[in-house]
Amino acid sequence: MANDPISQFKIEKILPLEALGYDISFTNSSLFMLATVGVAAGFLVLTTSGRGLIPSRGQSISEIIYEFVADMLRSSAGSEGMRFFPLVFSLFVFILVANMIGMFPYFFTVTSHLIVTLCLALLVIGTVIGYGFYKNGFGFLKLFVPSGVPGIIMPLIVFIEVLSFVSRPVSLSIRLFANMLAGHITLKVFTGFIPMLIGSLGVVGVVGGILPLVLGVAITALEFLVAFLQAYVFAILTCMYLNDAIHPSH
Amino acid sequence: MATPTTEPGAAAGVFPPFDTSTFTSQILWLVLSFGLFYYIMSRVVLPRISGILETRSGRIAQDLDEANRLKDESDAAIAAYEQDLATAKTNAHKIAQEARDAGKAEADVKRAEVEADMTARVADAEARIAKIKSDAMSDVGSIATETAETLVSQLLGSKVTKAEVAKAVSNVKG
Repeated sequence: MANDPISQFKIEKILPLEALGYDISFTNSSLFMLATVGVAAGFLVLTTSGRGLIPSRGQSISEIIYEFVADMLRSSAGSEGMRFFPLVFSLFVFILVANMIGMFPYFFTVTSHLIVTLCLALLVIGTVIGYGFYKNGFGFLKLFVPSGVPGIIMPLIVFIEVLSFVSRPVSLSIRLFANMLAGHITLKVFTGFIPMLIGSLGVVGVVGGILPLVLGVAITALEFLVAFLQAYVFAILTCMYLNDAIHPSH
Repeated sequence: MATPTTEPGAAAGVFPPFDTSTFTSQILWLVLSFGLFYYIMSRVVLPRISGILETRSGRIAQDLDEANRLKDESDAAIAAYEQDLATAKTNAHKIAQEARDAGKAEADVKRAEVEADMTARVADAEARIAKIKSDAMSDVGSIATETAETLVSQLLGSKVTKAEVAKAVSNVKG
């Protein structure tokens, strides 16, 4: 692998496919999406197959994830929000597992591509808008008109509310994408120093390589935290946006 | 960068995440894989876990109910036991009191009998004593008369009549 921090994000075609003039090749990204689904679904299905009254270790983990997401959704969107539980749970687990798989060396990180995170964010916002109008009709637009605001500054407030709503999918997708991208680049750059130092300075480079190695270890630990945290942030923001769809009036 | 790009549009200089030529493929495979994942979650995994959790909380509630029921039962048993114990205690008291009363009455009767017996015997004895005493006293009179007669005749050498002595003796006796 080239000593270039960008090449790890490169999409390689494994099985070139084309349909209706569109490129739908099976790529390393597709492979790792399927791997994410396989690992996450496989774990959840297998650990819960015993349906133990007293859970095994694996079943405990599945139950903890379930209750973690259920509590998150219930506390921010209420019991009405539980109809979106499969969506929030799927998003959280998919992003978490994709991020964690990306932490393995030489593995591709699905969530380090903006188009992927943007699609997930648009799925959330699409659900919010669709359900918001379905449930509240045009009352959903009250989301942009807070009550108790004087008439004079109302246009300004509405403008700000609309702008903040429109920027939601952008911030939601870019936050996840940028965190994963930047983290992996940082890791690659720091650990890349080690072979560069050794290659150019020899023994002095071995000694000098200790610092980037220590930093690399520390950043790896940090990246594991970020991998979890970004999945959590994505999920909890999804919960809060869904709450707007369910209860549009402020 | 030894790997040759199979896509001519994907220029080597393009930052991969912004390489629009890969977008359709990524979107398609994301939709497929996430759709599959969502399907598995909503159809298999989540109902199963919620079933497990419900079964468990149901079982816990049931066990708690059972425990409460058993506790009530044992409380009732303890109450019944204490009731029985109290009844038994009062009964025992009563029986003991009756036995004591009966014993006392019997003892009283016996004592009265014994006392009556004793009184009779005492009276008997007293009568006998009185008789013996009066007998003795009458003997004393004749003995004293004889003794006095003998003494007088020995000391004085003169004869006194029996009647005189007897008179003097009875005077002394008073």
